[in-house]
Amino acid sequence: MTDNNQPDTATALPGISPDGPRIGIIRYGAGNIFSLTAALERLNIPYGMVYTETDFEKFDRYIIPGVGHAGAAMNKLEQTGLVPKIKALKKPTLGICVGMQLLTSWSEEGDADMLNIFPVKTLKFAGNTTFKVPHTGWNQVYQEKENPLFKNIPAGSHFYFVHSYFIEYDHLYTLSSTSYINKFSASIWLDNFYGVQFHPEKSGVYGETLLTNFSKI
Amino acid sequence: MLAKRIIPCLDVKNGRTVKGVNFVDLRDAGDPVELAWNYSQQGADELVFLDITATVERRKTMVELVKAVARQINIPFTIGGGINEIADADALLNAGADKISINSAAVRNPALIDELAKAFGVQFVIVAVDTRVMDDKNIVYLNGGRLPTEKQTLEWILEAESRGAGEILLTSMDHDGTKSGFDNGLLTLVNNAVNIPVIASGGAGSVQHFVDVFQQSEVDAALAASVFHYGEILIPDLKSALKAHQIEVR
Repeated sequence: MTDNNQPDTATALPGISPDGPRIGIIRYGAGNIFSLTAALERLNIPYGMVYTETDFEKFDRYIIPGVGHAGAAMNKLEQTGLVPKIKALKKPTLGICVGMQLLTSWSEEGDADMLNIFPVKTLKFAGNTTFKVPHTGWNQVYQEKENPLFKNIPAGSHFYFVHSYFIEYDHLYTLSSTSYINKFSASIWLDNFYGVQFHPEKSGVYGETLLTNFSKI
Repeated sequence: MLAKRIIPCLDVKNGRTVKGVNFVDLRDAGDPVELAWNYSQQGADELVFLDITATVERRKTMVELVKAVARQINIPFTIGGGINEIADADALLNAGADKISINSAAVRNPALIDELAKAFGVQFVIVAVDTRVMDDKNIVYLNGGRLPTEKQTLEWILEAESRGAGEILLTSMDHDGTKSGFDNGLLTLVNNAVNIPVIASGGAGSVQHFVDVFQQSEVDAALAASVFHYGEILIPDLKSALKAHQIEVR
């Protein structure tokens, strides 16, 4: 932990293994990505930034980050003009938190249409004094399907969540589930598209395992 | 099940931890990053850094610290102290902080809660409340429990929730430093009144105090400083004890 290899974010492409997989982080002005890039650097996973359509060619997989308001995030994504390109992607693509919610058809947050890659909805938790909202903290994740994203991650491992909206459970698209108030999608999967509701970059060793797994899918 | 969270709190001044720490295996107990890393390895669920720097350079110093922590630590962390405006919070968010905690700035300007929640989402905003009993009433205090306000504690917490607080960090100044246990009565009252997570703080002295606060008040998290820093309670031991009492932990 003491080696001070200055991971200074922005557009740096720390090409540790130039032939290895490179992750392009899709930038659309929503949320901070410092923790995500710091995690990728700890894991020696090369990454760079995607701002324009031509940037997609530099990478062989993508992450869509995001925190905050899903409707506002979708607005910002639309303003980039990257939506048709994202929907047509054939390479592995992982949405994190609000970045995952963008992949769904609709979000109750802002009553907003999303990318509709997954025909499932993003809904608001009905909180109360027993089940607080935001759903904040470490909760257990159970795989519903076999997929390399969860390789070496035991069923019931804890991941860090912080969200007020959830993606409904769907037996076709739910890759792993978590229960809080109701059972919901902790992760979703369709072809090359993945989404995780928790924050792998903040979820200890298993979160790091998941990011490493994604870099090898 | 959602796990109850254990949160060590580190006081930081000019980029260095200030409360005594006696981890034998630390090379530099004043280095907040090394201390934070040590806690994350022990199984802490989250960390709070409370900045007590009082210089004009504070934001710059804090941003550097937050970046250093975010580079090395794989669990969430909160920054509190000296956040008075959106720009403070924005700088900390972009440096990798997961949440910010506001206390006196929110009491003096409650609309700050609304502004922060709107700008960054409720999940980013912890409202910290220092409370003390005066004339049989729980009153909000400022300046580390020295300055009473006009606000009643529960009323203020409900207002903070309605304005967009995503979490409440409630410190009993009567219990803080006594090691006599958390204020389970007040915590129960507050926890049963709000729909957002509550972090208990003030009074932790033994493992049993953590068992009590989770069993009696059902709060979502418990925070402590010196019992962890001085090694009086080791987090793995604490987690084992909580588990033995059927309290869900990670």
